[in-house]
Amino acid sequence: MINGSTILFYLLAALTLCCGILSISTRQIFRAAIYLLFSLIGVAGLYFWLAYEFIAAVQIVVYVGGIVVLIIFSIFLTQQAGEKLPKQRLDRKIWATLAAFCGFALTLLQVVQHEFPPVIPQAPVTVRGIGEKMLSTGAGGYALPFEIISMLLLAAMVGCIVIALRSKPETK
Amino acid sequence: MMEPGLYHILFISTALFFIGVLGFLTRRNLITMLMSIELILNSVNLNFIAFNKYVWPGKMDGLFFTLFIIAIAAAEAAVAIAIIINLYRSSQSIDVNNAEDLKY
Amino acid sequence: MPNATNIALIPLLPLAGFILLGLFGRKYGKNKAGLIGTALLLGSTLLALYTAYDYFFVYGKVNGVYQQFVPLKITWLAFSKEMSIDMGLVIDPISVMMLLVVTFVSLMVHIYSLGYMKGEERFPTYYAFLGLFTFSMLGLVLASNIFQLYIFWELVGVSSFLLIGFYYDKPSAVAASKKAFIVTRFADLGFLIGILVLSYFSGTFDFQTLIARLTSPESNEVKTAVASTFLGVSALSWGAALVFIGGAGKSAMFPLHIWLPDAMEGPTPVSALIHAATMVVAGVYLVARLFPVFSVTTPAVLEIIGWVGAVSAIIAAVIACTQTDIKRVLAYSTMSQIGYMMFALGVSHYGGEAGLGYTASMFHLFTHAMFKALLFLGAGAVIHSVHSNEMKDMGGLRKKLPITHFTFLVACLAIAGVPPFAGFFSKEEILLAAYQHNTPIYWVALITSGLTAFYMFRLYFSIFWNKPREVPGEHSAATGNHGEGGFVMMLPLVLLGTGAAAAGFIPFGEYVSTDGKALESHFHLSFSIAPVALGLAGILTALWMYAKASDRPAKLAASLGGLYRAAYRKFYIDELYLFITKKILFNLVGRPAAWFDRNIVDGLMNLTGNTTVLVSERIKKFQSGKVQQYAIFFLGAVVLLAVLFIYVWK
Repeated sequence: MINGSTILFYLLAALTLCCGILSISTRQIFRAAIYLLFSLIGVAGLYFWLAYEFIAAVQIVVYVGGIVVLIIFSIFLTQQAGEKLPKQRLDRKIWATLAAFCGFALTLLQVVQHEFPPVIPQAPVTVRGIGEKMLSTGAGGYALPFEIISMLLLAAMVGCIVIALRSKPETK
Repeated sequence: MMEPGLYHILFISTALFFIGVLGFLTRRNLITMLMSIELILNSVNLNFIAFNKYVWPGKMDGLFFTLFIIAIAAAEAAVAIAIIINLYRSSQSIDVNNAEDLKY
Repeated sequence: MPNATNIALIPLLPLAGFILLGLFGRKYGKNKAGLIGTALLLGSTLLALYTAYDYFFVYGKVNGVYQQFVPLKITWLAFSKEMSIDMGLVIDPISVMMLLVVTFVSLMVHIYSLGYMKGEERFPTYYAFLGLFTFSMLGLVLASNIFQLYIFWELVGVSSFLLIGFYYDKPSAVAASKKAFIVTRFADLGFLIGILVLSYFSGTFDFQTLIARLTSPESNEVKTAVASTFLGVSALSWGAALVFIGGAGKSAMFPLHIWLPDAMEGPTPVSALIHAATMVVAGVYLVARLFPVFSVTTPAVLEIIGWVGAVSAIIAAVIACTQTDIKRVLAYSTMSQIGYMMFALGVSHYGGEAGLGYTASMFHLFTHAMFKALLFLGAGAVIHSVHSNEMKDMGGLRKKLPITHFTFLVACLAIAGVPPFAGFFSKEEILLAAYQHNTPIYWVALITSGLTAFYMFRLYFSIFWNKPREVPGEHSAATGNHGEGGFVMMLPLVLLGTGAAAAGFIPFGEYVSTDGKALESHFHLSFSIAPVALGLAGILTALWMYAKASDRPAKLAASLGGLYRAAYRKFYIDELYLFITKKILFNLVGRPAAWFDRNIVDGLMNLTGNTTVLVSERIKKFQSGKVQQYAIFFLGAVVLLAVLFIYVWK
């Protein structure tokens, strides 16, 4: 039974995985970043498909709008444009592929063998519900982790500045 | 079987995870390694969302985990890039083979 | 009642000086250091004088008996209810007397050093060390607990070590300080074991309790101690003898005296303070402090003490006759005089008239401190002026150093026992005590007193009369342009000279005796004839031989031949020690121990070290610093563990 939703899912899955593989295999770093961008958009699409619109929005805003842009900036800062990435040693490639494939096979085997309980459909979560839960201090509320994450972000920000500034006196 | 469900999504996330691992192991450029890590984090997020939807649909914990992981990933990427740029300044290269300071 | 604060301040003021000068002296007080140290010690001395006056004339005497007071006692380290190491102050006749001696002589030395050590690079350090020494010596004197005494005993040893080695760039001074330290340490080991034995049987460290328990023959402690024997000698005797070994080491008694002559490498004022007047009498003081135990419970040990003292006295006197280094002569003279004090204790008994030896010993300690410090300080002035320790570089100095000459003469007369100088009275009492209780020792002492007079006047005439042997105009003492040193160097000489001349008239027996009761000192005119005559004979011999330059001493030395040579080489005792330590100890014990250490102990260490090196050589490749390699290992291990957990160990 093939309907639009199913087709959409397979398209999104193919987009995600293909772009992911291309992202790690291309030898042009800027292209790798663009493939990563599309792979992340694919994941965001999957979130939409799963009816988690808020997460999808966050994914696009943070990853696509933030992290990938950051990565592209750093590429511009550190890389000569158009230069190809050096090749990895062959034995390293073989071992890495082997290890990754074994892990993949093992995990998949476990997933397939596992019986999950049947799905009970429920009303999709609303943004309002997320907001209330996030700032709730009662049982099951996420106010404390929320605050901690904000502290972490602050620390990361300060840390970035410190790290980036560290070698400045030498260059003067 | 063709109806996409939990297994399909788990397959995607597993595949994405090991694509990321493979990238981390085979790349020599620190920025591309960072990209691989982003892929790995995304596969984990996808996992959380899938389990939240199909196993515990009444709860929102998986969703919040995903949210927080995204926030942490942002912080991580920022710090990692600061480190990479610093490394580039000191050794004019972001090849991971040049960053062997972990030895000392 | 005694005032604990005042008495505690007596040792604490020099300690304050030590800390102050030790920490800040080098930076801030380069020139003020001496004045600060001296001022603090002056405070101590005044307090000591006040304490002595208060004790002897105000509160000390109850019903005609001088009491022992313990005005302060702080439990410092309690092992059990009974056994504790206390920090206390004890006030009784001998401790008060010692307080006076130590503070007075130390003050004199402090003042004298202001001139003598002037311009010294480490001037503040010197005063800091003097403060440390004075503090420890006063603490030793005031100790109310045998362990406290031991602690200060060791502190005294350390400060003596520091002061002997003060000129640490001089190899001989370094060697001398090491020698002094090792020899006295060796003796202190005996002392420590002795303390442990005595306190084990008496169950206490406290002097009062310990003496009370060990002197009543009926007490349980004495019974068990006498019952347990080792090599046929009772444990108590062993304990007492071991304690005496400690005292003998500190007081340079034969055969542990070898460090004292070498200790003269220190600055001369230090020799006056430590190695003449105060530290070396610590052994005598220790025996006196435990005197009831020695005399009542272990008379055999007291007998040994007497003979050790007598032998030391005569050997040292003979050696002193042959030495040419003036400080060494004085060192041997010190040893001889301490021998006097020791055998005076040895021939004494407890209580009443029979305790004359005890009183005499303390009296001699008192007078000896005066005239010996004076002799050393005088010698210091001489050395200061001619820049040499050797007699042959001196001579005819009486015009150049008039004050030194005069005070030195007084001191020589005092030590030779010529009436009415201080030494006469104390020596007469010692001889009388020996005569009454142990005739062989009396004869030894009599000969020694003749020898004493001889070698002291040999010294005196050689320094001040005997014309220099070199041709005048060449390097002779007369051409030296150093005077006597300033006022600060002469003042102590004059003060000590007054003491040496007059101290004999103190009715000492009234204040210090074994049981605290006043002791009448008798003067038998007929008894005094023999020693005084012998002393005068010694002086006249010295006059005949040394007053003018002549070949008489050389002739005499030649005629005595072997004896002279043996005495000149200090009876080969140093060589004997060297033989024992180098040939026997080093070869038989040291070599195998060194071999064992080098091959077995070090071998084991090297084995473990080498094994670690080998293993780490093998595994260090793992730590390559390559992130991806780590990641592969990590992933591989995770996969492996997953397989193991899921399929193998379900």
